[in-house]
Amino acid sequence: MEETRLMKGNEAIAHAAIRYGADGYFGYPITPQSEVLETLEEQMPWETTGMVVLQAESEVAAINMVYGGASCGKAVFTSSSSPGVSLKQEGISYIAAAELPALIINVMRGGPGLGTIQPSQADYFQATKGGGHGDYRLITLAPSSVQEMADFVFLGFDLAFKYRTPAIILADGIVGQMMEKVVLPPQRARRTNEEVARQCPWAVTGKPSFRDRNIVTTLELEPAAMEVINDRLQEKYRVIEENEVRFQTYDIEDADYLLVAFGSIARICQKAVEVARSRGVKLGILRPITLWPFPSAEIERISSHVKGILVVELNAGQMIEDVRLACHDRVPVYHFGRLGGIVPNPQEVLDAFFDRFPEANS
Amino acid sequence: MDINEIVKPENKVYSRPKLLTDETMHYCPGCSHGVVHKLIAEVVEELGLEDKTVGIAPVGCAVFAYRYVDVDWIEAAHGRAPAIATAVKRLRPDLMVFTYQGDGDLAAIGTCESIHAANRGENIAIIFINNGIYGMTGGQMAPTTLEGMKTSTTPYGRRVDLNGFPLKISNIFAELDGTCYVTRQAVHNPACVRKTKNAIKKAFLNSMKGLGTSVVEVVSTCASGWKMSPADANKWMVENMFVKYPLGDIKNTTEE
Amino acid sequence: MKEEIVIAGFGGQGVLSMGKILAYAALMDGLEVTWMPAYGPEQRGGTANVTVILSDSPISSPVLDSYDTVVALNQQSLDKFESHVKPGGTLIYDSYGIHRRPERSDIKIHEVNAMEATFGMGNSKTYNMVVLGALLGIKELVPMEAVIKGLKKTLPERHHHLIALNEAAIERGMALVKPD
Repeated sequence: MEETRLMKGNEAIAHAAIRYGADGYFGYPITPQSEVLETLEEQMPWETTGMVVLQAESEVAAINMVYGGASCGKAVFTSSSSPGVSLKQEGISYIAAAELPALIINVMRGGPGLGTIQPSQADYFQATKGGGHGDYRLITLAPSSVQEMADFVFLGFDLAFKYRTPAIILADGIVGQMMEKVVLPPQRARRTNEEVARQCPWAVTGKPSFRDRNIVTTLELEPAAMEVINDRLQEKYRVIEENEVRFQTYDIEDADYLLVAFGSIARICQKAVEVARSRGVKLGILRPITLWPFPSAEIERISSHVKGILVVELNAGQMIEDVRLACHDRVPVYHFGRLGGIVPNPQEVLDAFFDRFPEANS
Repeated sequence: MDINEIVKPENKVYSRPKLLTDETMHYCPGCSHGVVHKLIAEVVEELGLEDKTVGIAPVGCAVFAYRYVDVDWIEAAHGRAPAIATAVKRLRPDLMVFTYQGDGDLAAIGTCESIHAANRGENIAIIFINNGIYGMTGGQMAPTTLEGMKTSTTPYGRRVDLNGFPLKISNIFAELDGTCYVTRQAVHNPACVRKTKNAIKKAFLNSMKGLGTSVVEVVSTCASGWKMSPADANKWMVENMFVKYPLGDIKNTTEE
Repeated sequence: MKEEIVIAGFGGQGVLSMGKILAYAALMDGLEVTWMPAYGPEQRGGTANVTVILSDSPISSPVLDSYDTVVALNQQSLDKFESHVKPGGTLIYDSYGIHRRPERSDIKIHEVNAMEATFGMGNSKTYNMVVLGALLGIKELVPMEAVIKGLKKTLPERHHHLIALNEAAIERGMALVKPD
């Protein structure tokens, strides 16, 4: 049954995963996302849906448990925050290489190093450009509300299974820690072993006599064969780029200037847009929902009728590179970001905008 | 008696296990891996677990183990096999799940995963090949390399003041409450092969019965890495490796 | 309708849970809500604040620089947030331990002796409910029945026998103030 609740983004992830019919969660505590594991342990889904929940000995072990579970065709996921996600990169590369479906959640905190537990968006490069070794991509979903934290668990799993590739929810400490209304979808049944065997004929299930043995591996020492594997991955990534771009726009059709921001920062920017418009400044905003595949075509389209673009992100300038590539530097593209875990308020965003584009104030 | 008489089924005393594939093994002459692979194939077949078995292959010489035994396999990142096995067994308790790991995989880079899987008492079998050297990468020091033993990274012999002591990790496993069976065996003569086979069988049954983690260490030769003939390697193993790594059950909490 | 509130005080004063009960009450009343804590290692003794936004339409930024209502429960919070009340907005503060009183003349200021009132009730844990009562007495943000529903949702079952006590504390707080 559908249910309306007030909860934190991290809690919404846990509840949504249970309701999706996820088979397993493997994670290691780290602020600011520990509520995912805590909520799952408190909910005891192994008593209801049969979902496995395990606190692993490390993020490295957790992502490899995900690799093992995904190899069985099961819907499995892990969550962490920036330093922990760095540890997971080895496993993520293997999961992408083995073409396994899996969901990873990064509730970003400030880095580099141990950094701070306060919000950040500085793992944009890590998530969208690969992160681990080798040529691979992660479908990267950036939620801006608690509702999207829940919804993207469903979307992330669905896309991961559709393309047999890992998906990542790239959230930030704000959307992880804040509470909002969330409508939780009805409980879905977990797939049976028979359904998994039918839907995932590649999965390791114990070899029945009617098929050849299934081997999940990422090793291919023959260069020509390895190139074929890479070509296949790249072809898959092109299909994803063509079909899975998601974004949201506000007030762009008559906009003179465009803000581009993702996650909770996009909402702060939206407020800035509201204030600017009340003062007669025509600002619009584009919020990429998928950071990879990136909404390049839409940004290129909008760039033909705006005078400038401000990219707002909690980092030193990462997504701005994709924005500049998308609009071929046809218009001035500037960056505004805060570092160290500081979250700018809407007024600071507006101040930065008028600082970069003083002519907009006339 | 002609050839057809000799190969009559009733005269047959040995055949290759059905689960061993036709693939030519890449192992060096004298290597212990092939024997242990064969024992795994035999045990899976004898226990009727062909459709219930998932093996987790390591990084190391046995990285291609999945080519040789006809069951479902997952090839792990270096050292992570016990974490992978943990998830497989938890999500599919009906399956028999084993890892196949060398000394570097289990006792160096994967120590964290192996100790914690065993400490949780995951219902998996760990087959641990201990030949005291890194074979695949060309004969470097392993955590189990004996004191004074020459490898490409200890060219003058392992010095404990520089490299620490040979790690008896099975004895650590035996100390953990999660393990039900820890044994150390070898495969250099028929009697030992039979004992190792029984140990593997017991470990696989423990996995199916859910009794906890089983560890079967097989003290092995690496003739190439040790730079000896296969016969000399066997002799050297008996005289040196068995002193540090004596054979026999280290722990057995299960009833026969 | 849209109300942008910050509640600030010491950790351990129940600032976050007061915001949570208010947010849940608004949700029960059919409103959109966001509850955004300044999270971190500050537990008891440190400073804590939470931004609560109630609205009948979707809420954009959960992070604000100015507020319709500021509830300040110690001197640091008063010093920090007085300047962030919107002109014409409301500042509610507890006079307990305050040595520098607010100075602005373009906002409505309510001094509430919630700490003293709580001492009179004999259960210091209801302090945040007295404050919530004062807030709701000054600004009719949500009806009382929604607050009770919010309490029921927020408190674990085993603490439901405390709802009457909390209700009394809210009413005590309401009695301390006059509406804006």
